[in-house]
Amino acid sequence: MFNIIQKTIKTGIVTARYPDEAAKISENFRGRPAFDFEKWKDARPAAEVCPTGAISLRDKSDSRRVTVDYGLCVFCGLCADASSDQAVQITREFELATMDRHKLVLTAEYALNADGTHQQLREVQFQSGHTDTDVETLGRKARENIHKLLRRSLAIREVDAGSCNGCELEIVALNNPIHDIERFGIQFVASPRHADMLLVTGPVSRNMELALLKTYRAMADPKVVVAVGACGISGGIFGANYASLGGVDKVLPVDVYVPGCPPRPQALLHGILLAVGCLAQRLDSDTAVNQKA
Amino acid sequence: MTQPAFPLFEALRQKFGAQIQSLTADREDETYLTLNDPDIRPITNYLRGEFGARLVMVFAEDRRASEGVFFNYYVFDQKGSSRYLLVRTPIRPDDPSFPSLSAELPAVNWQEREIQDWFGLKAVEHPNPRRVALHDNWPDVHPLRKDFPLETVLPPFEGERHIYRPALGEGVFQVPVGPVHAGIIEPGHFNFAVAGEPILYLQLRMFYTHKGTEKLFEKLPIPKAVFLAESISGDSSFSHGTAFCQAIERAAQMEIPLRALVMRTILLELERLCNHVADIGAIATDVGFVIANAHASRLKEMLVMLNEQLTGSRLLRGMICVGGVRRGWNAVQRDTLCSTIDSFAREFQDLIGMIDSSESTRDRLEQTGVLKHEKARDLGIVGVAGRASGIDLDTRRDHPYAAYSRYSLRVPVYEAGDVWHRMQVRIEEVRDSISIIRKAVDESLKGEFCAPARAIPSDRCALGAVEGWRGEIIHWIRTGTDNHLERCKIKDPSLNNWPALVEAVQGNIIADFPVINKSFNLSYSGTDR
Ligand code: SF4
Repeated sequence: MFNIIQKTIKTGIVTARYPDEAAKISENFRGRPAFDFEKWKDARPAAEVCPTGAISLRDKSDSRRVTVDYGLCVFCGLCADASSDQAVQITREFELATMDRHKLVLTAEYALNADGTHQQLREVQFQSGHTDTDVETLGRKARENIHKLLRRSLAIREVDAGSCNGCELEIVALNNPIHDIERFGIQFVASPRHADMLLVTGPVSRNMELALLKTYRAMADPKVVVAVGACGISGGIFGANYASLGGVDKVLPVDVYVPGCPPRPQALLHGILLAVGCLAQRLDSDTAVNQKA
Repeated sequence: MTQPAFPLFEALRQKFGAQIQSLTADREDETYLTLNDPDIRPITNYLRGEFGARLVMVFAEDRRASEGVFFNYYVFDQKGSSRYLLVRTPIRPDDPSFPSLSAELPAVNWQEREIQDWFGLKAVEHPNPRRVALHDNWPDVHPLRKDFPLETVLPPFEGERHIYRPALGEGVFQVPVGPVHAGIIEPGHFNFAVAGEPILYLQLRMFYTHKGTEKLFEKLPIPKAVFLAESISGDSSFSHGTAFCQAIERAAQMEIPLRALVMRTILLELERLCNHVADIGAIATDVGFVIANAHASRLKEMLVMLNEQLTGSRLLRGMICVGGVRRGWNAVQRDTLCSTIDSFAREFQDLIGMIDSSESTRDRLEQTGVLKHEKARDLGIVGVAGRASGIDLDTRRDHPYAAYSRYSLRVPVYEAGDVWHRMQVRIEEVRDSISIIRKAVDESLKGEFCAPARAIPSDRCALGAVEGWRGEIIHWIRTGTDNHLERCKIKDPSLNNWPALVEAVQGNIIADFPVINKSFNLSYSGTDR
């Protein structure tokens, strides 16, 4: 007993203060690949090596459309290695969660040279900003919302719909003393009936489709759904096949998408806080409707 | 191709000459024995009886297009020899069946049924021939046949997924659990038959996370397939990635630079450390020792942060590649590795001291979830669970790979087979991993970290074996043209070990199920693929 108390005192407080403070992550962490479309002279090598087809090309005789989908990206860094012109750089950005699937997609149109390299950038399309608020504000608002609207506690039900278990490892890490998600009043619960939020991982295997639907239906309204990881967003490396449906939104309406393979705990937290915002809006509008009635 | 000279093969040739079509070895430690007919039984009995050989795994391959038949492969290994013997038996499409070994060798029960489901080859006289890999509500399809397209869209499923044996007897009732469990874990269905508190028997329904992985391997170019290998079982990303790359490298007869081998060794041991310390904490939690888990999960976090520093990924992803590793590391990274391992080693001692000082923890774990040695042997249990029940196997020692032959290895083996000893195996292995890493670190800085890229020759078969933290991981591949694979067979140790859980829970109270389950900590995704 005594040694346990001693160890506890010696260890002290270890919990990180993200998002109030910046996340402590290694300088070698591979986050979002950033594309300098102006500078990019040839997208083919990157598209060729990309393991999940997150970078895809559509060539016409003298033009090329490049699509980058962060919803498919597994953050392997091969695209940066393959692009000799340094137009693709791996950054340490991880706060990529978004409520709009389209915000994860960038496209660029190029005029081509005869040898297939890019002659000129014609157009870049993306929906700016992955989130509309900075993460600190997001954290503050989420705390307020949980405090006021949710009576200090938000309950999450997690469902593995066919993941490799990588996402689960990081979700479990949210409960360790470092990330300690309970400091927000957020807890993972066993029963969907107690849950406000459904956190789903995996490409949705055919064999988990029904269990996922049943869990969702067992939850009371209002509720939000978060699709976790490349697999949850798009099927990831598994895609859609005879045994896999290719993403959570093939089965359920998804409110927040959290890229990563797997998303690191802070990225998950960012996505969850974003989803708290969705839930608060839904609660607000429900209350408004009730008051009118 | 050489004709291997080895007493075992001589004996086989003399005894089974008429049944043997060919005996070939591309590599010294991997021999293929092709038979004229599907009857594997006499050879299996002989190898097991006379040579104490172990049947490592069984799988099939659709070779109708090129050789006009299916093949079954039976992989054997023999104590004290680093060779694998693969016996290949042809199965004619007009008689798609093979004699089952499961009645005598329960270890291959699921594997034979997988062949039935995936290839439509019947295991004749299988004691329980029901579906295992495909649920009962699937249509009659055989996804690993070459004429079944990966992208096939199957119609909505109807009917029962699985019929459980009824629990009979006065006061006996059934407790169904899953597939969605209470905690943050993978899905599977457990059906307990209980009489009061004690569990009479447990029935499992797995393969909820089946996602076509083996079939998908046949569609991806090899460098991309490495990422699929990393996604077979998240907590064993690096081990599965390594087993896969080793198989490819063996097929291509590549020389891997020493530095790469050493770095792989270090990363494999880091994966072991992460999972072992997390499991030790989780076992403690399940008997109410939550503080121990708080420390254990803090230690794990320390290691995954180190993983990220060394590889860019907390799960060690995107580091392994065919030929070596993708990046070297520098002196700063090496220093972080050394200092983190030092503090980890110190704190791990504290953690174990804490657990050892708790009599009640030991009380709860000793003689809980016992897996007897004989059962473990018959069921073909491997890895941590095997070693805790007297099964002295460790791929690192028995079939050395990476740089393991350079370091002395202690393989902890116990007889008791209870939760406490499965934890003890982990504790000792953590200590040993620390010492391996410390010895290896100096060789991890200099030299090439990857062999020059080269074309992978087609139609080569090879096996890659790794002792993942859970146990023996095997990948078997046949290369195809154009940098693709014809076949990739994956065996995760979980596939062997689920029956151990069934065995170990019998007679225990249902409240102890979580801790028994945790002490095995098997991978659903690795099983289901
Ligand atoms: S980092 Fe993402 S976009 Fe780049 S190659 Fe890897 S998966 Fe594709």
